[in-house]
Amino acid sequence: MNWYEIWTELWPTLIAIGIILAVVPVVGLYATFVERKLAAAVQDRLGPNRVGPFGMFQAIADGIKIFLKEQIIPSHVHTFVYMLAPCISLMTAMFALVVLPYGPTPVNYDGGLRFVVMPGLDISLLIMFAISSLSAYGIILGGWASNNKYSLYGAIRSCAQFISYEIPMGLSVIGVILVAGSMNIETIVASQSSGDGISGWNLWWQPLALVIFFTSALAETNRLPFDLPECEQELVGGFHTEYGGIKFVLFFLAEYTHVVTVSFLTTLLFFGGWHFPGVPSEVTASYGILALQMLVLLVKVCGVVCFIMLLRWALPRFRFDQLMGLAWKGLIPLAMLNLVFLAVIESLEWHRWPLAVLSVVLFVAAGYWSAWQSQSFVRKASVA
Amino acid sequence: MSTAETPVTQVEKKQKKKTVQWGDDPKIGFVEALYLPAIAGGIATALKHAFFKKRSTAQYPEQKPEMPPNYRGVHRLNRDEEGRVKCVACYMCQTACPANCIEIIAAPAPQDDPKWANRDKFPATFTIDELRCIYCGMCEEACPVDAIELTSIYDLTGMSRQEMIFDKEKLLSVFDETSKAGLDPVRTNRGALGPASEKSLQSADSPPPPGRGKHG
Ligand code: SF4
Ligand code: SF4
Repeated sequence: MNWYEIWTELWPTLIAIGIILAVVPVVGLYATFVERKLAAAVQDRLGPNRVGPFGMFQAIADGIKIFLKEQIIPSHVHTFVYMLAPCISLMTAMFALVVLPYGPTPVNYDGGLRFVVMPGLDISLLIMFAISSLSAYGIILGGWASNNKYSLYGAIRSCAQFISYEIPMGLSVIGVILVAGSMNIETIVASQSSGDGISGWNLWWQPLALVIFFTSALAETNRLPFDLPECEQELVGGFHTEYGGIKFVLFFLAEYTHVVTVSFLTTLLFFGGWHFPGVPSEVTASYGILALQMLVLLVKVCGVVCFIMLLRWALPRFRFDQLMGLAWKGLIPLAMLNLVFLAVIESLEWHRWPLAVLSVVLFVAAGYWSAWQSQSFVRKASVA
Repeated sequence: MSTAETPVTQVEKKQKKKTVQWGDDPKIGFVEALYLPAIAGGIATALKHAFFKKRSTAQYPEQKPEMPPNYRGVHRLNRDEEGRVKCVACYMCQTACPANCIEIIAAPAPQDDPKWANRDKFPATFTIDELRCIYCGMCEEACPVDAIELTSIYDLTGMSRQEMIFDKEKLLSVFDETSKAGLDPVRTNRGALGPASEKSLQSADSPPPPGRGKHG
């Protein structure tokens, strides 16, 4: 292999990495802006509107402010780990993006421009989950190194939440993997293509898996209604109580990167990625079509991001026992049953419609079960 | 003692039995157990507010709020009909002030000046520390001649603490400004002023002072 060959191999990767590195912080900053605007809209306010047109430069102003802040390291922290934790947090969050196609990518990639750092990886979905669960490290290390009991509580809660919600998330995705027959994200997206561009989406065939996946993914991002690791009302600021300035922003950026990752995953796995009615489903070399497909994908992702932000203002926060109950008593059994029946249906090689019926039946059954349980539940404890 | 319990102890026991009460989780029905309808409801509420409700934000510096006329803001020192400071330097406000922020130095009115002929005392200096003031309005209640009043000016700013200590001139200028702008506090016009402020005590044929509205 000579230098030229190495270079032809290397440049698309470098470009893809560069795009991610350049875009993620900007997206993170602007996500805060969009979130503030959205929050304001929901609360009948106007939101930031002073800096630049429509307050567009508010995000930049915030960024400058935060970068110029004094770096305070409390005297009681374990300095090395304390400094390391936000870096790990952001690093793992960004690292998960290496297998994420942020634009149309063919299944059999062979050179040239592309929109994913690692194309054609057979286990890209697995890598994704493996790395994104590492982000719990950042939070736990941060909480522990802060030497503050509220931080530690936040970190422990986060840990418990991560462990609990990894399971339904994994189980719900296995269904998608089974149907597509691959763990490669590009193949999963390709498997959702169909003539009309919309009927192939996993959303129609596995709605229950989508609900479970989305719920657990939301829990993994530590956002409302699952933001118990950092809820202000109970834990001051949770694991980032002792963090300020740029170190806090790293945590923050990691959270938003997670939100973006989750939105991408939801779009790619359930909403058909870059497939849309009227858009060619084949990934070709034509730049026009590529741009169109990329637009479709990004619009879908933005939609999911906005939905996540909207959920924050639409739902009350869970109590911690409810949070655990939802994962262990609700989502995990449901996801497991869903997976078993789905595997049976898939192995019979029927048409796909029984999958959709299965989802609805399971969901309704779960509703009946929990209603019945609630109605017949009598507290046994007697008064002392 | 193995006798029967008195009624009182029985009652006590009953009450004691009730002191511990379990709060059961509410029973939920089928629709609630599905979660999704409730979530959809929450989102619908959020969207309704986002798209169909009027924004209640006031764009502050451009869009000033209208203060109620009985708002207690920056002080003013009123002038009488002849344009003199109305204050008679009686120290009532200084004594009443719970925040100790009024400082008056009284002086005998200049006897050679015919303008001051009917006055014994006047404040040589009159300063109010607007930063220390708690805007309680005790001073204006205490004043027997209604010389000190709280206006509805609320946006009081300054670059230094020194700037926020208002002297007599400044307080009089607040009066000039507010009475010109028609922003007299309601208390000015309510017609229940102290006897020392009654018109009959002052020259009857001079024009009413600006801002004395109904009462003047
Ligand atoms: S408003 Fe109250 S605190 Fe302020 S000067 Fe008058 S009496 Fe003192
Ligand atoms: S109470 Fe009225 S008259 Fe007396 S000193 Fe204060 S402002 Fe002047």
